[in-house]
Amino acid sequence: MEQVVDILSWLLLLAGSFLGISGAIGLFRFPDFYSRVHAASVTDTLCALLIISGLVLQAGFTLITVKLIIVLLFLWYTSPVASHALVKAAHYHGLKPLLSDSNEDEVKEEEVSSKS
Amino acid sequence: MPYITFIIISLTVFWLLLSGFWDNGLLLALGAVSVALVGYLTWQIERQHPTMLSTRILLLLPVFLVWLIGEIIKANIDVLKRIWFSGRYPVEPIMKSLPMSQKGALGKTIYANAITLTPGTVSVDVVGDRVLVHAVSAEGIAGLEEGEMDRRVTALEGKTT
Repeated sequence: MEQVVDILSWLLLLAGSFLGISGAIGLFRFPDFYSRVHAASVTDTLCALLIISGLVLQAGFTLITVKLIIVLLFLWYTSPVASHALVKAAHYHGLKPLLSDSNEDEVKEEEVSSKS
Repeated sequence: MPYITFIIISLTVFWLLLSGFWDNGLLLALGAVSVALVGYLTWQIERQHPTMLSTRILLLLPVFLVWLIGEIIKANIDVLKRIWFSGRYPVEPIMKSLPMSQKGALGKTIYANAITLTPGTVSVDVVGDRVLVHAVSAEGIAGLEEGEMDRRVTALEGKTT
């Protein structure tokens, strides 16, 4: 039984690490600042969930498990705020997102309407 | 008054869980002082900027979180495909302002943060009843336009006036 839990926990930890590395690679592969935020949010969300689930399986029913779950909750409450602050700052300072062609006109319209 | 009661109870439980020292008089007293201080500060902020935190939101939030975890897993797989197989699943960034049906500041905050928490979509700005969203693909925007997340957050908020 203990071995099953151990193997499961290792699988979760490895999958989490893989997602962390994927997030880092995406950070380099994606074309501009705004899309890189999406790659980084892979690390914030599922990677953190998998790694903490793996650690919870190692800890069992203890106070440490409660703390790990609290860590995950706080990470999920705060990381979107940080991403939003970054993106909003970039947007306000006029960093233009790289957009696919079909979308360009629509955004220009939005900007005109929001300024008026 | 229910707000301050809720804050005190949850802060006490939070302190006890984090510290793990449940039988040392000095530490418990210091914990009580911290709870009182933080409770007082939170109460002052709440008086100036009411959040309209209701029992309804507190009870329904876990249900929403479970649903959100499912959405997060699906969105992660989509972004992962775009990272590893950029040939077959290209990155086509798109930006669009979407309507939001929440009335209160708390509901709008939950919705905008839920959008950001889901990989592939980021809320850039909230102006009035609209949220400007940047997405990694048109499908992400289409999923939000369908409005299930919007509906769920509005249901969470309930009928506030």
